[in-house]
Amino acid sequence: MLEQIEGSKAMARAIALCRPQVVCAYPITPQTHIVEGVGDLVRAGELKDCEFINVESEFAALSVAIGASAAGARAYTATASQGLLFMAEAVYNAAGLGLPIVMTLGNRAIGAPINIWNDHSDAMALRESGWIQLFAETNQEAADLHILAFRLAEELSCPTMVCVDGFILTHAVERIDIPDQASVDAYLPPYEPVQSLDPADPISIGAMVGPEAFTEVRYLQHFKHQKALDLIERLSADFAARFGRVAGGLLRSYRAEDADLVVVAMGSINGTIKDVIDEMREDGLAIGLVTLTTFRPFPARALNAALERARDVLVIDRALDVGMGGPLASHVAIALRDLPRPPRLHSAIAGLGGRPTPKTSLHRLFRQATTQPWEGPHFLDLNEAVIAREIHRRSKARRAGPTAEAILKQMEIERVARLERSAS
Amino acid sequence: MFQVRIHGRGGQGVVTAAEMLSVAAFLEGKHAQAFPSFGSERTGAPVVAFCRIDEREIRLREPIQTPDAVIVQDPTLFRALDVTEGLKPDGYLIVNTARSFADIHIEARAARLPPGHAFAVPATEFALKYVNRPAPNTALLGAFAAEVGIVSLDSVLEAIRRAFPGKVGEANVEAARAAHALIGARAAAQLSGAHVDA
Repeated sequence: MLEQIEGSKAMARAIALCRPQVVCAYPITPQTHIVEGVGDLVRAGELKDCEFINVESEFAALSVAIGASAAGARAYTATASQGLLFMAEAVYNAAGLGLPIVMTLGNRAIGAPINIWNDHSDAMALRESGWIQLFAETNQEAADLHILAFRLAEELSCPTMVCVDGFILTHAVERIDIPDQASVDAYLPPYEPVQSLDPADPISIGAMVGPEAFTEVRYLQHFKHQKALDLIERLSADFAARFGRVAGGLLRSYRAEDADLVVVAMGSINGTIKDVIDEMREDGLAIGLVTLTTFRPFPARALNAALERARDVLVIDRALDVGMGGPLASHVAIALRDLPRPPRLHSAIAGLGGRPTPKTSLHRLFRQATTQPWEGPHFLDLNEAVIAREIHRRSKARRAGPTAEAILKQMEIERVARLERSAS
Repeated sequence: MFQVRIHGRGGQGVVTAAEMLSVAAFLEGKHAQAFPSFGSERTGAPVVAFCRIDEREIRLREPIQTPDAVIVQDPTLFRALDVTEGLKPDGYLIVNTARSFADIHIEARAARLPPGHAFAVPATEFALKYVNRPAPNTALLGAFAAEVGIVSLDSVLEAIRRAFPGKVGEANVEAARAAHALIGARAAAQLSGAHVDA
């Protein structure tokens, strides 16, 4: 049913429709509304046979989910940012043990400097943990991906992370179609574990593995991810057939067939990019978009097929690998080198720590990619005056103090000066 | 696409106002997107919320920079920040104040908009009278429906009832109706040359 509803609440409803048996909750902005929403549904009796466990930390949240999943329960949790880092050891364990936990990541920057706003630093920090990572473009997709994620995770026995842009999606109130219980039940069968701890039939899960077999266990994890590439396409096609709308898939192309310049991006920024592409198409520019939904496993082959006709490819990263550049750009570069005539690759870092990525900036960026291509990563809307002053200030004194505080002070002085100018 | 930016302070229901406006548009079959300016909200701090309304799917996710309408829930904000920044030349300005634009020193700003596009609404007074709480958001939405007309009063009232079920909702409905009636009476008076006060 169509509802005008907050993204987090819609996700909570979709998660409840998946009938999780154990939900481990620990609050952290901007994810909190999701587990709160699931909690409300448990308390109201709308989600039955579900143990809603308030835990004392993120590390406990995922550890309890691991225990529940190992005991054969469908387990769910959610986190963001520092919360994901705090549970990092358990994140790797869930994947290594092959436990099909579903976790929402309300994407948020990582400190220091502490920042509660949206970017993809958290998802990128644990991209090598062995979890499948899916990125939602819209709130409809954010809700739908959870239904797909439970089925995918359980068919593969591999934990799956649904990455949702914090605030931009989690806190937006929009028109979202909430599926009915019967349709979700028809799509998502009851969980049938491939392994479970049962006192009546004791086994152990989590053996210590030495050099004689560690490589083999790891290889099989990688093999599982390779299989996931096909499975994600199949389950997404099944989802579309049953629910009448597209969700998931490896990637989606938008006006890219005849495009000279193709933009590649993940998450909610794709909506704004599509509007910019429509405007630039009207001006006669051959520009298109590839929206990556699946980041892990990385769909290199599908990406090659989508990009092989392009002359220029511009990758927009919502995260920065310090000392390296854009993580998505690095991945795309590796995929493209298999092409006989690879397109020119341009990398842009945008929207860090919640900085808006307005259409005007994207227009400029897309034009510049072909007319004045740059070397290395380009930082969208970087305030170069602030950077220059801070570098100069630090060069003058050894005891220059903390950078973040110095920059904030500098910007506050400017803000007050601007306000005074406009008042006079 | 019609874009609304709502300025206020933490505790005044700024975010809820944007949500209710989006629900009103949804009830009329439109697409709407409401979202807050994301921050560490605290009572009294400046807060911004946004609402986009369109006949087709809204894909744009940037903060609203060139609004078609600005609603100001707290007139003291005019001294703290440029609340009308980016407001379109033919846009609307709705200010919660029982005083005149001259009294709060925004007469010149209001005069740059077309006649009838800037108006003062004593929304806090309406809220205190009907809801017994100084939350001006619902009265301002009633005034918005009267003057801007992107959504009907009936849709706004239904959105208010959905946000606040029961007696609180009905009290807010009365506040919205009163503000709507005031704007309607002012418009009629403008035609006849008379003056209407709250």
